[in-house]
Amino acid sequence: MTPKATILTADEVRRALTRIAHEIIERNKGAQALALIGVHTRGIPLAARLAQKLSELEGVDVPTGMLDITLYRDDLSEVAQQPIIRETQVPFDLRDRRVVLVDDVLYTGRTVRAALDALIDLGRPAGIQLAVLVDRGHRELPIRADYVGKNLPTAAHEVVKVKVQETDGVDSVELWDMEALR
Amino acid sequence: MNAPVSMGPRPRNLLDFQDWSPERLTAILDNADTMLQVLDRPVKKVPALQGLTVCNAFFENSTRTRTSFELAARRMSADVLTFAAGASSVNKGESLRDTLEVLTSYKVDAYIVRHHASGAAHLVAKYSGKPVINAGDGRRAHPTQALLDAYTIRQEYGSLEGKTVAILGDVRHSRVARSNAELLPKLGAKVVLCGPATLLPAGLAALPGVTLTTDPREAVRGAHAVMALRLQRERMQGGFLGSLQEYADTYQVNERLMAEAESGAIVLHPGPMNRDLEISGEAADGKRSRILKQVENGQAIRMSVLYHLLVGRE
Repeated sequence: MTPKATILTADEVRRALTRIAHEIIERNKGAQALALIGVHTRGIPLAARLAQKLSELEGVDVPTGMLDITLYRDDLSEVAQQPIIRETQVPFDLRDRRVVLVDDVLYTGRTVRAALDALIDLGRPAGIQLAVLVDRGHRELPIRADYVGKNLPTAAHEVVKVKVQETDGVDSVELWDMEALR
Repeated sequence: MNAPVSMGPRPRNLLDFQDWSPERLTAILDNADTMLQVLDRPVKKVPALQGLTVCNAFFENSTRTRTSFELAARRMSADVLTFAAGASSVNKGESLRDTLEVLTSYKVDAYIVRHHASGAAHLVAKYSGKPVINAGDGRRAHPTQALLDAYTIRQEYGSLEGKTVAILGDVRHSRVARSNAELLPKLGAKVVLCGPATLLPAGLAALPGVTLTTDPREAVRGAHAVMALRLQRERMQGGFLGSLQEYADTYQVNERLMAEAESGAIVLHPGPMNRDLEISGEAADGKRSRILKQVENGQAIRMSVLYHLLVGRE
């Protein structure tokens, strides 16, 4: 089985993350008082890489955390098989920090809504921004990303697969037809 | 969304452990880790069961199990309807089935049932048509207590695989002992049940991974966890014991007996305790004791069970 198209290669993923890191610095006038929180699963390595880039560019260690949003989802009928709830780890005080929430794909917006609820239950950040590697459209909620690696108009029957070195052994973004994955 | 984990058919109820695969039981323990994290946060609540109504149907007295379930349901954002039989029409002769029909008309989504009769939770499951969690029925089963016991032991050792759990006391009348004997071997542990011969039903030896002995020293030798069961004095009218003192002298879980167990062995008790009868004050409060930990873990386990049974249920 092969994807319909490769949207981003490893180099393009790297460049997209570098650009996002620059945009984060520009918008926040540096990297002080920032925090990066990755949404399970692939948001976590992406947040770690952005933190690394911010450290290289600004010499600031930006704390990172991980967020599982399973208990906050509103599409309950779709989780009948019982996903395992993964770890939420935010080992720093959120107060007075601007948090950049990091995820791989922005689609309906429901994951982000759940993540916002989960994050606010953990503390009261000074602000929350959203960074995604791919925005594929089809929003069901009024949510938009502040930083986007690649805007990708898609059809509903298509699937965007983000692969990252840490979990998949390779960095890439692929477009698949849902039928091909069945 | 997280990838679904294959763990066999999803049971509708938690009445006992018959329909529950080890994988699904392990998932309950795993997810309890997350629930404990939630309980440690400033906002001790998640919206997972928002919009659902859980009925705490307690036909038998209970304080800790009822409050633990009630808090667990509220922490998951469910509405809770608490029904205590002592203050209800059951006292006027209403049958369990009629009571259930009334409760069901309140649009209850799930029942948590405590009843003095073995099998009552099955009956509620049959007539209500809603998911039921058995919170203790007669002498039969108390599955969430066994799960929290298993969780407390796993917390100590990282795994139940290869561990030995000695359970001492009034095994005959104990639904906790029965549920633990059913659950712990499914998760890889061995169970040794111990008590006076009159309180030790021989039939339990047929369960896989379970052995019986009347010798408490033999029972705790090599044990990683030692659980004292409450001596149910209200059920001791049948000549089961010579005297309470004789029982305490032989079967009490105390420091002397614990010296026979593994060096790091922990002490458990499902509560409420008869101090200085089935357990010494020293053992109950000592550094080996995980009795208060059991109570804390109980809430997390019950949150996890509610999540597994109710989330995503059409």
